[in-house]
Amino acid sequence: MRALDLEYMWGLVPVLLGYVPLTLFMAIIGMVCALVLASVMAVERVFRVPILDWVVRLFISFFRGTPLLVQLFLFYYGLPQVLAFLGNINGVTATIMGLTLHFSAYMAESIRAAILGVDRSQWEAAQAVGMTQGQMMRQIILPQAARVAAPTLVNYFIDMIKGTSLAFTLGVTELMGATQKEAAGSFLYFEAFLVVAAIYWVMVEALAFAQRHLEIWLNKAHAR
Amino acid sequence: MTATAAISLSGLTKSFGDTHVLRDIDLDIAPGERVVVIGPSGTGKSTLLRCLNFLDRPDAGTIRVGDLTVDAGRATKAQILALRRRTSFVFQNYALFANKTARQNITQALVTVKGQSQAQADARADTILKETGLSDKADSYPAALSGGQQQRVGIGRAMALDADLMLFDEPTSALDPEWVGEVLDLMRRVADKGQTMLIVTHEMQFAREIADRIIFMDAGRIVEQGPPADLLDNPQDPRTVSFLRRVG
Repeated sequence: MRALDLEYMWGLVPVLLGYVPLTLFMAIIGMVCALVLASVMAVERVFRVPILDWVVRLFISFFRGTPLLVQLFLFYYGLPQVLAFLGNINGVTATIMGLTLHFSAYMAESIRAAILGVDRSQWEAAQAVGMTQGQMMRQIILPQAARVAAPTLVNYFIDMIKGTSLAFTLGVTELMGATQKEAAGSFLYFEAFLVVAAIYWVMVEALAFAQRHLEIWLNKAHAR
Repeated sequence: MTATAAISLSGLTKSFGDTHVLRDIDLDIAPGERVVVIGPSGTGKSTLLRCLNFLDRPDAGTIRVGDLTVDAGRATKAQILALRRRTSFVFQNYALFANKTARQNITQALVTVKGQSQAQADARADTILKETGLSDKADSYPAALSGGQQQRVGIGRAMALDADLMLFDEPTSALDPEWVGEVLDLMRRVADKGQTMLIVTHEMQFAREIADRIIFMDAGRIVEQGPPADLLDNPQDPRTVSFLRRVG
């Protein structure tokens, strides 16, 4: 057993930190898009719009039922062969697309369950004061569902941050890809991947810290 | 149906599966009239109120409020919305918006439904909170209010809507006895303003005092109705007699 090359690891930290913005960029854009798409699908699933419901269920079934890596390869390597306008899709775009569609399928089901968990009295009160369905969902139901769904959704965001590492399989030099290159140059694989593991870990812990504050904020209406 | 009624129902019918909950209800309520509905549990009193604003969808019959006439069996979304905007509803379980403060519970519909400015709605809410004795609770969320306070906000929310008809579905039944008085007091003040009210309640003394007319319902029908003194002291139908003996 050899000693860890601590000096190499220390030198690697700033290099790899330079790739954190790209990782966060992909995760945050993916999360925002996925939240919007998932909310729309969740509301649809609650109201079961004819025909659309069938499309949404098929979408959710497919994106939950196949691996993220397979979906990324489909978008990046497969689709451009059949859809000419996707011919110059870049790896970052394909990753964001893949993360969005994949995680929105999971998130839609969590949000749907949270919506159905909102007490019946809240729906009736909103109807009784004459709100339209859209007003009722935006003003009353979704904000209350958000509180219930928040912990699960933050979990998916954590998964999504780690999922960005798959972009390296599409030739994107992001955090994981950069580490791979550094390690291949130095042959210090253990040190390099230990550093990158630590960076992911710290990012996720920072998010868990933010999550506690988010939950306190979302619970302010329910404090006695 | 009389043309001057605040609200007219004719032939209102509702079943849940094989159970007929409302059978062919005809009812006219004059502007400013206070009508109290009494009767045994499970007799359709709450369903009558809930059918009036389509929280439960009636199977058949006609509902007319002002110049709006809705054929219950063929009501469109727009008609249902219009009907709800001419009525207001006070729930047994308060049903305050859990994610809104007391003031926001009152302003919410004024802004989103009636299109008032936030400032206009806030001013109205503050007036109502003062009337309901809850000015110091304006920024409290429902979870931090007592049952009585929540129901007063619930009544305030309904008052703010200036509806043609206010519906009260057993507004004190879920309350601890200590809070009942303050809620009934507030309802008396609402009545004093000349508000048209349709109230389902088990508070017989309150009914006698506030009602212009009391309706006795049993098994989905209006059995008997009249001024409190007549109906409560000199009931004609044996079912009314037996009910009043049990509750009195």
